[in-house]
Amino acid sequence: MTDYIAHHLVHLKWKLGEHPFMTVHIDSVFFKFLAAFVFLFVFLRVARKSTSGVPGKLQCAIEMIVEFVDGLVKETFHGHSKLIAPLAITIFGLVFLMNFMDMVPVDWLPASAHAAGIEYLRVVPTADINTTIGMALCVFLLIQYFGIKHKGVGGFFKEFVTAPFGPKGAPANLLLRLIEEAVRPLSLSLRLFGNLYAGELIFILIAVMTLGATMDALSTYIMAPMQFIAGFVWTAFHILVITLQAFIFMMLTIVYLSMAAEHH
Amino acid sequence: MNINVTLVIQGLAFFAVAWLVMKFGWPHIIGAIEERQKKIADGLAAAEEGKRALASASTQQDQVLREARAEASNIRDRAEKEYGQIVEKAKSDAVAEGNRQKAAAVAEIETETHRAREVLRNQVAELAVKGAEKLIRKEIDAAAHKALLDDLIAEIAR
Repeated sequence: MTDYIAHHLVHLKWKLGEHPFMTVHIDSVFFKFLAAFVFLFVFLRVARKSTSGVPGKLQCAIEMIVEFVDGLVKETFHGHSKLIAPLAITIFGLVFLMNFMDMVPVDWLPASAHAAGIEYLRVVPTADINTTIGMALCVFLLIQYFGIKHKGVGGFFKEFVTAPFGPKGAPANLLLRLIEEAVRPLSLSLRLFGNLYAGELIFILIAVMTLGATMDALSTYIMAPMQFIAGFVWTAFHILVITLQAFIFMMLTIVYLSMAAEHH
Repeated sequence: MNINVTLVIQGLAFFAVAWLVMKFGWPHIIGAIEERQKKIADGLAAAEEGKRALASASTQQDQVLREARAEASNIRDRAEKEYGQIVEKAKSDAVAEGNRQKAAAVAEIETETHRAREVLRNQVAELAVKGAEKLIRKEIDAAAHKALLDDLIAEIAR
């Protein structure tokens, strides 16, 4: 049982060098690219064919999300930006699609891959902390870029020591600012990772309920219905979680970027 | 759960997707949405305009109808009045003609009467003179006693 769980938590790796950092999680990268491909395929196709006349059903669906995100951005960020809204919808779409891999029954893809000769496979890229940190760092860099763009280099660095306590509290300001800046990508990445990792783990634990069960054991007939119920309930609940986490990541990005553009 | 180079790849992939969406996806969709919103707004405005035009045309129509009705009733009133006047005039003409003819007849009768009386008076005067001649057996100078005789005649004629 422990082996089963542990096996499910190992990434398919590709070692580039001796240093532990020089390793690529092929499965995370693959499924992220898959999500990106699906997202871009649908979104760009709709965008290319989009008409101001009577829209098709797919265009309607995409437009609903676009208008929703656009509304959120407009009421949060009081300025004009070509970047925030597309970035927000990219985050929402990508994170949602990656999270959605959690909805695929937990053993299907790993078992199929095992049959094809691939030993390890984790299918949820957002349950890999590298994915979430990668995205959070992108957001972090964009926050800094936004700050510099809207306040100028001088104004941006001046704010490090002047806000929020004024010039007299410069050391406190700097310390507070550094903590604030460091905490943002950390909380952003760890929140998403934690939720999805826990979700995946619970799916694995539900799967364990009938691990190695045989038809002549009484426990099988008790555990199987329980597993069904638990799996159903957790899957249904998880639909909410994956959507919510995608939304939170998007919303916080919008808020952070808006704050970076504002003068304190 | 080791942190490794995967995060760089994931970050770059995320950036690339965001860039593609920003460049080729978002503007088209939001553009289409805004264009459609404008179309709808224009359509609504046009509908409103049409409604207003219809209302104004209806008012105008009412106005024209009312004027036509007033004109018609005016004409009828006038016609009625004129008709009354014609009838009245015909009546009064007839009466006047009747009166005139009656007056003429009366006048003629009077003239005739007058003339007859004149004739009668003259004859009476002659008769009176002849009678008096016979009575007093002497000729009365007609010229000398004319005044006397005329008085007599007038008395007789009365």
